Amino acid sequence: MSASQVWSRNYRSSAIYMDGAPAAAPEIQEAERRIAHVPLVLNRRNFNWLTQRISGVVEQPAPRWWWVCFAITASTATFGLFCIGYMISTGVGTWGNNIPVGWAWGITNFVFWIGIGHAGTLISAILYLLRQKWRTSINRSAEAMTLFAVMCAAIFPGIHVGRVWMVWYLAPVPNNWGIWQNFRSALMWDVFAVSTYFTVSVLFWYTGLVPDLASLRDRATTRVRKFLFGIFALGWRGSNRNWRHYEMAYLLLAGLATPLVLSVHSVVSFDFATTVIPTWHTTIFPPYFVAGAIFGGFAMVLTLLLPARAIFKLQDLITPQHIDKMAKIILLTGSFVAYAYTMEFFIAWYSGDHYERFAFWNRVFGPYWWYWWLGMLFCNCLSPQLFWFRWCRRNILVVFFVSMCVNAGMWFERFIIIAGGLIRDFLPSSWRVFHPTWVDIWTYIGTIGIFTSLFLLFIRFLPMIAMSEVKTATPEADPHYGESPEIESTSSGGKERMRS
Amino acid sequence: MKTPYGHNVYAMAAEYPSAAALYEAAKRVRDAGFRRWDVYSPFPIHGMDQAMGLGKSWLSGWVLFGGISGFLTAVLIQFGPSSLLYPLTVHGKPRGFFTVPAFFPIMFELTILFASFAAFFAWQIMNRLPRWNHPMFNWERFSRVSNDGFFLAIEARDPRFTENAVYELLEQTGGRHITIVHED
Repeated sequence: MSASQVWSRNYRSSAIYMDGAPAAAPEIQEAERRIAHVPLVLNRRNFNWLTQRISGVVEQPAPRWWWVCFAITASTATFGLFCIGYMISTGVGTWGNNIPVGWAWGITNFVFWIGIGHAGTLISAILYLLRQKWRTSINRSAEAMTLFAVMCAAIFPGIHVGRVWMVWYLAPVPNNWGIWQNFRSALMWDVFAVSTYFTVSVLFWYTGLVPDLASLRDRATTRVRKFLFGIFALGWRGSNRNWRHYEMAYLLLAGLATPLVLSVHSVVSFDFATTVIPTWHTTIFPPYFVAGAIFGGFAMVLTLLLPARAIFKLQDLITPQHIDKMAKIILLTGSFVAYAYTMEFFIAWYSGDHYERFAFWNRVFGPYWWYWWLGMLFCNCLSPQLFWFRWCRRNILVVFFVSMCVNAGMWFERFIIIAGGLIRDFLPSSWRVFHPTWVDIWTYIGTIGIFTSLFLLFIRFLPMIAMSEVKTATPEADPHYGESPEIESTSSGGKERMRS
Repeated sequence: MKTPYGHNVYAMAAEYPSAAALYEAAKRVRDAGFRRWDVYSPFPIHGMDQAMGLGKSWLSGWVLFGGISGFLTAVLIQFGPSSLLYPLTVHGKPRGFFTVPAFFPIMFELTILFASFAAFFAWQIMNRLPRWNHPMFNWERFSRVSNDGFFLAIEARDPRFTENAVYELLEQTGGRHITIVHED
């Protein structure tokens, strides 16, 4: 008997077996039903409600709190820009950087913001490939947050080069001096990684926005809105012949963005790992940095979405289930980070390298001891462990507290890695502790102002939840909805709905 | 085809109450042998491509092309100067082919970058977007397509299009508000 015959015989017999297989016991079916179908949109909201509620945020006049917040964040941003101008016109000496601490707050802030930028693409690309439908309520704002965070990040290496007007040397543009970039430098890889990441994130974000811009266009009442949304919606009309190519493009963009998001922070970590500084020169850095980035990014998503959810009454869309899942991701990535910290200490001891051992001893008991105890140990390792408990994941205040801890902790982590590795040079005579100047501090606070201002503008002018995507997460979007009573009961019933 | 008032006819269109109804109607229209028709919905409906008799989208071909050109661009800008035009020893690192691991990150980034641009432009070009207007927007009810409306339109230029047959088909499949959509 040939192989194909065996295969076909087995196939047939298994088909017969499948046909005759007994159905699962009723109690199992009942249990499965309850597990599988907690609705993602609560209170059985229909399509029109979703459109109204999400577009309403953009269409109604700005509430008073928005103006108050924007006034604060915009003035902070303006002062930050003043500090940048002062630093450029006077020199990098306005920062506290000095040999041996050549990299300090500037690069810390860069890594901090780039890290925050990772959650957006993780949610929009990786969770899309994994068919996690709960991403639909949070992906739009997380992607916007990514773009703004990467913008803030890009400021720092740009102004850190010293002669800002020569920053175009980073781009491979032919010039009459015959200077060509050193592509074997990790810093050059970084330029390409970050700029590619930003560009691809913009393309991905805008592609997702087009159907929602069409919704706003169709609802627009003023000429200006009609014109602007009309232009940016590209004439989208929801045709299935268009959706076909659109969905393929979205899938492929997700597939391309997935390795990209993992590569960006890996490349950022190469800036450190390819040097010879103790605590920097380690092979664990790429996965360690990526896990930390996702960890910090999700914390920032929660920091922004928890207030937005309450203010705009989006509790039916960003449900306790969504918050619970984000908390679980924070717990998972936070545990990766804790493992990486532990492994760094173990390797420092196990390698027998005196410099490495000294550097890690110095991290815990040196001049920055409290940064380590508070930032790395308490904020990053211990606080997310609360999320083992369901009560903590469901309690908004606890979730908010932990995400604020993580935001702060991840900044401390980057500072300890960067400055902590430099303050104790190989030559004890050049040991020096870094102290930030007011320009350092206000440039950083200024970028927080830029970030929050941009986010406030985003929620004013663009739909903060992907309407066309969140509609697909409702049971009515199923083409077989209502065909049998089973489908209806399974996709809409659930403990969650009963309780709320 | 023209209406009695002299308007050019673009299509006959109907509205359906739900995604499920539109899905069933699409299967009927496909089986009736129409070629130039389309369905419109606020979100992509799972399985609608098969219900309309459409195959896989070959947008992926453009993305592959974009990815390969990005990779080759990176090879060119890195190897060209470093190995051929202006070989320079930096940090005592090797030149020529042996330097290839140091070139991987940028090869990877440019592959992704060009492939993403290809995907972004391909979905617009293959959909003939952007465009200023479309005959379907002449129908007032159609503004709900981006909210909660489900529509099906059979174009007048379809060889099987006759007013009566199409009207009947749309009515039988549960279409409501059946109407003629003007071209201009």
